[in-house]
Amino acid sequence: MGDYHHGPAKGLSRWLFTTNHKDIGTMYLWFSFAMFILGGSFAMVIRAELFEPGMQLVDPAFFNQMTTLHGLVMVFGAIMPSFVGLANWLIPMMIGAPDMALPRMNNWSFWILPPTFLVLASTLFMEGGAPAFGWTFYAPLSTTYAPPSVTFFIFSIHVLGLSSIMGSINIIATVMNMRAPGMTYMKMPLFVWTWLITAFLLVAVMPVLAGAVTMMLMDIHFGTSFFSAAGGGDPVLFQHVFWFFGHPEVYIIILPAFGVISQVIPAFSRKPLFGYASMVYATASIAFLSFIVWAHHMFTVGMPVAGELFFMYATMLIAVPTGVKVFNWVTTMWRGALTFETPMLFAIGFLILFTIGGFTGLMLAIAPADFQYHDSYFVVAHFHYVMVAGAVFSMSAGIYFWLPKWCGRMYNEAMGKTHFWISFIGFNLAFFPQHFVGLAGMPRRIPDYALQFADFNMMSSIGAFIYGASQILFLYNVIATIVAGKPVSDEKVWDGAEGLEWTLPTPAPYHTFETPPLVK
Amino acid sequence: MTSQTSTAYEKYHVPPKSRLAICATTGLMLSVYGAASIMNDMTFGDPGVSTNSWSIFLCGLFFFLATLFAWFRTAIRENLAGLNSAQLKHSYVLGMFWFIFSEVMFFLAFFGALFYVRNLVGPWLAGEGEGGRMNGLLWQGFEFSWPMMQTPQEAVGGAAAQPLANNGTFAGPQTSLSFAQAHAWWAWLPLWNTVVLLSSSFTCHLAHMGILDGDRRKFNLWLAVTVLLGMLFLCLQAFEYHEAYTHFGLTLNSGIYGSTFFMLTGFHGFHVFMGMTMLLIQLLRSVLGGQFTASDHFGFEASSWYWHFVDVVWVFLFLFVYIL
Repeated sequence: MGDYHHGPAKGLSRWLFTTNHKDIGTMYLWFSFAMFILGGSFAMVIRAELFEPGMQLVDPAFFNQMTTLHGLVMVFGAIMPSFVGLANWLIPMMIGAPDMALPRMNNWSFWILPPTFLVLASTLFMEGGAPAFGWTFYAPLSTTYAPPSVTFFIFSIHVLGLSSIMGSINIIATVMNMRAPGMTYMKMPLFVWTWLITAFLLVAVMPVLAGAVTMMLMDIHFGTSFFSAAGGGDPVLFQHVFWFFGHPEVYIIILPAFGVISQVIPAFSRKPLFGYASMVYATASIAFLSFIVWAHHMFTVGMPVAGELFFMYATMLIAVPTGVKVFNWVTTMWRGALTFETPMLFAIGFLILFTIGGFTGLMLAIAPADFQYHDSYFVVAHFHYVMVAGAVFSMSAGIYFWLPKWCGRMYNEAMGKTHFWISFIGFNLAFFPQHFVGLAGMPRRIPDYALQFADFNMMSSIGAFIYGASQILFLYNVIATIVAGKPVSDEKVWDGAEGLEWTLPTPAPYHTFETPPLVK
Repeated sequence: MTSQTSTAYEKYHVPPKSRLAICATTGLMLSVYGAASIMNDMTFGDPGVSTNSWSIFLCGLFFFLATLFAWFRTAIRENLAGLNSAQLKHSYVLGMFWFIFSEVMFFLAFFGALFYVRNLVGPWLAGEGEGGRMNGLLWQGFEFSWPMMQTPQEAVGGAAAQPLANNGTFAGPQTSLSFAQAHAWWAWLPLWNTVVLLSSSFTCHLAHMGILDGDRRKFNLWLAVTVLLGMLFLCLQAFEYHEAYTHFGLTLNSGIYGSTFFMLTGFHGFHVFMGMTMLLIQLLRSVLGGQFTASDHFGFEASSWYWHFVDVVWVFLFLFVYIL
């Protein structure tokens, strides 16, 4: 125990046995970046096949495995763990806590992720191939017609759920129990608020996902008939249970992103966040609504009209709190002393592109219109606007924003801005045309398509390659910063940054706030 | 915001680096990989080929349980050594509360499936309402009742007669376990299960009163009674399952009634087993180790919350699975 008060242990044991929230946060972030590259390479295979009509590179079965694994790896391996990494690094520093509430469990939550993704990736080499039923794994594709590797997929989901639940319980306990004296709930930085609510969503819906995959497991191996009409069950039951998890899940992904943006925009506007309390209430409202809108993913499945109407109106209601947020961010910038460093560029990129994604979401919420849009590339365009330009852009903003605080070195601003502009152009080139091909009737999850979609698909593929390549620049910039960036010693790093984490020395010491600060 | 050191702060114990997480990961991954392999051998495998799936599973499980044992022992020793401040103890309280909340949501998924199937899917399969339009094409002659004594597949003459949805054989039960089918209330097993479990919740509360009074004899006695009642419940449930399989023809393959019945009661039974084990460990800690005081007995308290939660789930099960 002797060396533990002074600094990190040497060698591999530091990472394997650590209980330090900063170490664990770092591991989460690196792991999620590795998964981002893996999931991204699956996407490159998809876009390469779709570069022109006809079958060129892969066979349709493998194409389906790619779309499935791309979705699963990006959602469960890249985006979710990356925000857990940010939470680990920042929540204790933002609320003045010495560490997370349950540090050993924190380490366990992380370490079960890498072997699980190893198992999931290894399904590619199993007999019958990897899961090929899409990341939403609808029954009976995922039960009656699934390859044997589905069993490993099911258990992977169980373990990922376990990791998320433990991670979230830790975050809830930390926020509720570890705030420094004077740090009342309504003084918490918005990033902490959004994570508290996200953690609540995770604890509420990950068990439901576990229930869904358990029903699949029983149907496949033990003869139950949850998803089989022959035995009195219903394949649509799967969709209901899945989306009861799945819709809160998309807010699990985007709420921490909102939190990051709510820290970055005020810092570079040199103004406090406009409408702090309304931001908190809007986040809570979004979380509440996320539980009663799930069937808008299933408008074409044959629900009673009353159901269609209820889920349509409830979904549209989400636009209200989301609008409040967008309004508040814009108003924060209004008459601020704006500067446009890389984090701010990503935040503004987020703001514009996420709003576009939100509006296409509203279009999809209109039940009668959705009969046309459903399962088309329009849907693909919509959720990539909120997942990539929403979650991933805000993640990039967050990394550039806090990296100097973490490692005491400044990233290369010119390279950061280049990363932003290449990402921004590549992203829009990749996904904007997908709106058009989708509205014109191109279905999603197909390896080949009709000739009239050729031009837009080629643009889309070129954009995707550009976006993919820009992440290499990002990786290089981050490594170069950590290894040889210009040292920073100013506590605040950014002159407009506010919050407890900016009162700590730069780089942040291994142990911080061992006695809590008093917040006035 | 200014930073200042407050004076009367009891240090929050951040544990030193620990091997527990890596060991638990190893055990968990091995057991999960083994379990998946066992099931794949069973369903897709070649019966002539022997695999080592069971060895992987059992090794993993043993290693995992051993790690959990070490983990809880570490946590208990830290508390006995006085490392846990009041604030840290509250972290454990929050952890247990939110863990139980996640368990509630897990059961909710299965209750949700039950309600959806009973109230919507069943009538649709029988041709009612907007969802019923396929009845004439697929399941002509199927009539819905709950418990579902005849599956849609049987109604159209078996698996071979319906090639469009032929993914297994589902034969309804001969007799259901619902109250309507019981011949006399006093001979109806689920009722006695209810009595046993509800009284165990009460005896668990008596044990809690005992430790709060500092009366260890009372605590040990009522805790032991609780554990025994838990065991009795599990025995009764094992007997019930045996009856269901051998005399009632109610199995996992009996269509959706069997599926929901066994999954709901089975997961509940598993949770009873977990809760009973937790309480048994607390009993051993008290009897053998003399642990727990009137003001410090969170291990017991957490287990008792879990026990009451399991009890509440049973009340809903009894109502929605057996009676209604």
